[in-house]
Amino acid sequence: MHIAIFSALTEYLRGDGAVILPEVELTLFGLGILLIDFTLGVKERYLNAGLALAGTAFSAFTVWKLRIPVEANGSLYGFHDSVTVDPFFLFFAALFLAATALVILLSVKFLEIEQEQEGEYYALLLFACVGMMFMASGFDLIVMFLGLETMALSFYVLTGFLRREKRSNEASLKYVLLGAFSSAILAYGFSLLYGLTGTTNISNIKLVFSSDAGLSRIIELSQMPGAGGLQAQALLAERYPAALHLDPSLFAHQTILAAAAFILVAVGLFFKVAAVPFHQWAPDVYEGAPTPVTIFVSVASKTASFALLLRLFLVVFWGTQVNWMYLVAGIAVASLTWGNLAALTQTNVKRLLAYSSISHAGYVLLGLVAGNKTAMTGIGYYLLAYIFMTAGAFAILIVLRQKGLIGEELEDLNGLYQRSPSSAVLLLIFMLSLAGIPPTAGFMGKYFIFLALIETKHPVLAVFAVLYIVPALYYYFRIVVHAWLKAPGDAPRPVMSNAQAVALSVAAFVTLAAGLYPEPFTRLAQYAFGR
Amino acid sequence: MDFFANHILSAVLFTPLVGATLLLFIPREAELAHKIGGNLFGVLGFLVSLPLVFWWKPGLEPFSFQENVSWIPSIGARYHLGIDGISLLLVMLTTFLGMIAILSSWSAIHQRTKEYYILLLLLQTGMIGVFISLDFFLFYVFWEVMLVPMYFLIGVWGSDRRLYAAIKFFLYTLAGSVVMLLAILALYFYAPVAPGGTRTFDVPTLLAAAQHFSDPLKVWLFWGFFFAFAIKVPMFPFHTWLPDAHTEAPTAGSVILAGVLLKMGTYGFIRFSLPLLPVDSVLRARIIQIVIVLSLVAIVYGALVCLMQKDMKRLIAYSSVSHLGFCTLGIFALTPNGLAGSVIQQINHGISTGALFLIVGVLYERRHTRMISEFGGLATPMPNFAAIYLIISLSSLGMPLLNGFIGEFTILQGAFQVSKAWAAWGVLGVILGAAYLLWLYQRVMFGSVTNPVNEHLPDLNLREMATLVPLVFVAFWIGIYPKPFFTLIEKPVQKIVEQVNPNFYQMERAKLPPVTAPTAMAEAK
Repeated sequence: MHIAIFSALTEYLRGDGAVILPEVELTLFGLGILLIDFTLGVKERYLNAGLALAGTAFSAFTVWKLRIPVEANGSLYGFHDSVTVDPFFLFFAALFLAATALVILLSVKFLEIEQEQEGEYYALLLFACVGMMFMASGFDLIVMFLGLETMALSFYVLTGFLRREKRSNEASLKYVLLGAFSSAILAYGFSLLYGLTGTTNISNIKLVFSSDAGLSRIIELSQMPGAGGLQAQALLAERYPAALHLDPSLFAHQTILAAAAFILVAVGLFFKVAAVPFHQWAPDVYEGAPTPVTIFVSVASKTASFALLLRLFLVVFWGTQVNWMYLVAGIAVASLTWGNLAALTQTNVKRLLAYSSISHAGYVLLGLVAGNKTAMTGIGYYLLAYIFMTAGAFAILIVLRQKGLIGEELEDLNGLYQRSPSSAVLLLIFMLSLAGIPPTAGFMGKYFIFLALIETKHPVLAVFAVLYIVPALYYYFRIVVHAWLKAPGDAPRPVMSNAQAVALSVAAFVTLAAGLYPEPFTRLAQYAFGR
Repeated sequence: MDFFANHILSAVLFTPLVGATLLLFIPREAELAHKIGGNLFGVLGFLVSLPLVFWWKPGLEPFSFQENVSWIPSIGARYHLGIDGISLLLVMLTTFLGMIAILSSWSAIHQRTKEYYILLLLLQTGMIGVFISLDFFLFYVFWEVMLVPMYFLIGVWGSDRRLYAAIKFFLYTLAGSVVMLLAILALYFYAPVAPGGTRTFDVPTLLAAAQHFSDPLKVWLFWGFFFAFAIKVPMFPFHTWLPDAHTEAPTAGSVILAGVLLKMGTYGFIRFSLPLLPVDSVLRARIIQIVIVLSLVAIVYGALVCLMQKDMKRLIAYSSVSHLGFCTLGIFALTPNGLAGSVIQQINHGISTGALFLIVGVLYERRHTRMISEFGGLATPMPNFAAIYLIISLSSLGMPLLNGFIGEFTILQGAFQVSKAWAAWGVLGVILGAAYLLWLYQRVMFGSVTNPVNEHLPDLNLREMATLVPLVFVAFWIGIYPKPFFTLIEKPVQKIVEQVNPNFYQMERAKLPPVTAPTAMAEAK
């Protein structure tokens, strides 16, 4: 029996559909949650979380499957080359899905305590994840921007999800204002790129920008009057029709406008990854958001923004790396300095980790400064490690959250060792990893970054970067001191739910495994940036 | 058995770790079980390391008992273990002192015993790992890992200012070691790679490759490593963490800190820093001069500071600065005597200072104070204690027939061969050492009992005897018959001196009367 709609569907899934299948699945599950949520009673709301988990599992399976055609045929492109599936996307998609799954597991009990167990929450988590995946798979400025906004809009709502709490509302508002501001800057940068090149496809933009392709010369010629111009126009119509409609007056100032576009794009993205001096939103949002959302913002949103940043910098702007290298180095050192120094005096653990995540952004940016193969492996490794160790550290705070105890101040951690030895041990592991003490994942990430800096002859930056481990260890160990060495007050023993235990074990396992036996993780990171 | 023989170093390395893991499963309240388990694995750790001595064959290859397994192929890090005579002595010192330190904690530690013994055993694994790693990556991992248990030992079971001392110790050491990480990475990166080969962290390979580096690069690498080791030793301007850490740590922690941890610095100097000295004689002389001056300052300054301490433990802590100054003096004299003496002195310092910390621990357990002024005339109520304490004091200040003399004498001899002034300053340190140790002994032990609380202090019990007597025995052994120790390190020391100071042997040979036709004699045979 031949049913037209089915054959059309299979046809679609063989073509363009295959490229966005993981995202489509997540979206369907998100919509499903919104539908089913109405039918669930208050006690059954946790089923939404199960559905959301199933969604990430399906999507992850599809991502895993997509690896085979990518291996066989190289990168897949769809929708007129505006979406791609390549190792880079597969790596980041896996990271986003893992982060989403962790956040879902950690949310159930937290929302129960907050009495905000709503289906929309999980749907928004999935939609945010869809946005992030498009940020990694987008090969076109429009798709990238849409992905970014999908993610950001979901986050604005999630941050304010504790409607009855002032802090949450305040954080959400700040996030919306600054987020919209930075998106606008980014969009302005994109518009300049489009104006300069007549295309939104990033490999075409790169073609125009790269001087050795000779394309910019042809474009220049095509704008001349006379026979040569016509000849060049014919050539251009064949190779790159979009360039025929470029504004000659714009093109005359290509260099300076390209620099302006770069700066606007970079500033927009530095906002998103919370690099100094564009970081002010981060501590407030981290502190105010519900803790599972804090994890999501700090871990997944930052990684996704880095994916976008890497895609743009590595493809579009790579030819001019020597020009912007020192700008990025400056931002990186500023992030390391300010992130580490400001964290020293924080008393709220979420704020402290917010500043520490600013310094982690600095390390990743240093990898971009080095820019060789080791550095790319390092960036991949660092982001992977960062996701699991940061999620783990915040997860301990979620475990601490009980009825009547917020558990976010340093004092609330006092005597955690006596109250819950296993959480204290896990906390120690995550803190060591965040500080970069071997044998943990965090050390391996730093190892690659430092090695790359030495390989590319940036010894001064390398010395800066390693020495910042020392203050970092100090403030991470302030947390450890409270958890291990201070006497417990009359705070209750934290009770870990099964879902929390699973999430924590996964985070701890990856943090330790990637430190003790880094080989498979190194391979993974090398695969993602296989250049 | 064959499997054990082929993996003896792994067995030595992981026995304490296995013990720590097993202790995890004992419930938290079972204090006695923790003590028995901890001591069992302390003794076991020592017993497992004994075959290293019995199976030792001198001069087979530069490193014995090697194990070399792939670990992280994509970056070229391997699980490569191996020891020469120098590391053998240090490994034996570690397992021996570890066993004694664990035994010494029996009645001193009553809270959180489970974690205490787990951490002590973890620390053992970390320290042994540092001495037997022949892969820079592995070495660095052990070097850093070891900081965490020590931090907790000081931070949880230390005395009043423990939190401050613990984090100070951690941060100081970390600051040095992260710079060393860069030096390791630079060494890794600049070493030439065979075409088609991969980079390696292998210590012998990298150090051999470093011989062909340009001098400026070698100087950079030298200083990169220098800070890590100088802080660990600790050399003069980097020593400020030591008095705090040693004083605040529990007795066992101080014993391990002084006995073993400091040796990681001197070991690093011998193994990694010496081969990185530049070839150019002016550059080299300048570096040597800086390091030697710092060592001499440490010897004299440490001893002077000892003279004015009110706290027994702090006094002994500062005496470590002085004694370790001798070790670095010996190392950077670059003569066979200096180097051999330095290695022996490292062992001596572990034995003597370890024992001194145990002695303070004995007093602290009885009186819960370490102030010298609280004591006086203890020889009357505690005669056995007085005898052992006297022997240890004499051994520490360099009395002939006891171990300290052998080490200090050989070092001074080695230094004298290079510069008489160095030796003269060193001798000043020996004199001051006698002054502060004997004065301390006099104030604590001699005279009539000034403080009525001290009149009925119990003498050493059997367990305390068991911790101190082996140390006294080794002190006499090295003092009277040090030959086995010198034979062990003769080959590696000779190899190092030949490598870093080739002129030395030529000059020594020039002093001898010309040997007539040794070849002819060989032919006649």
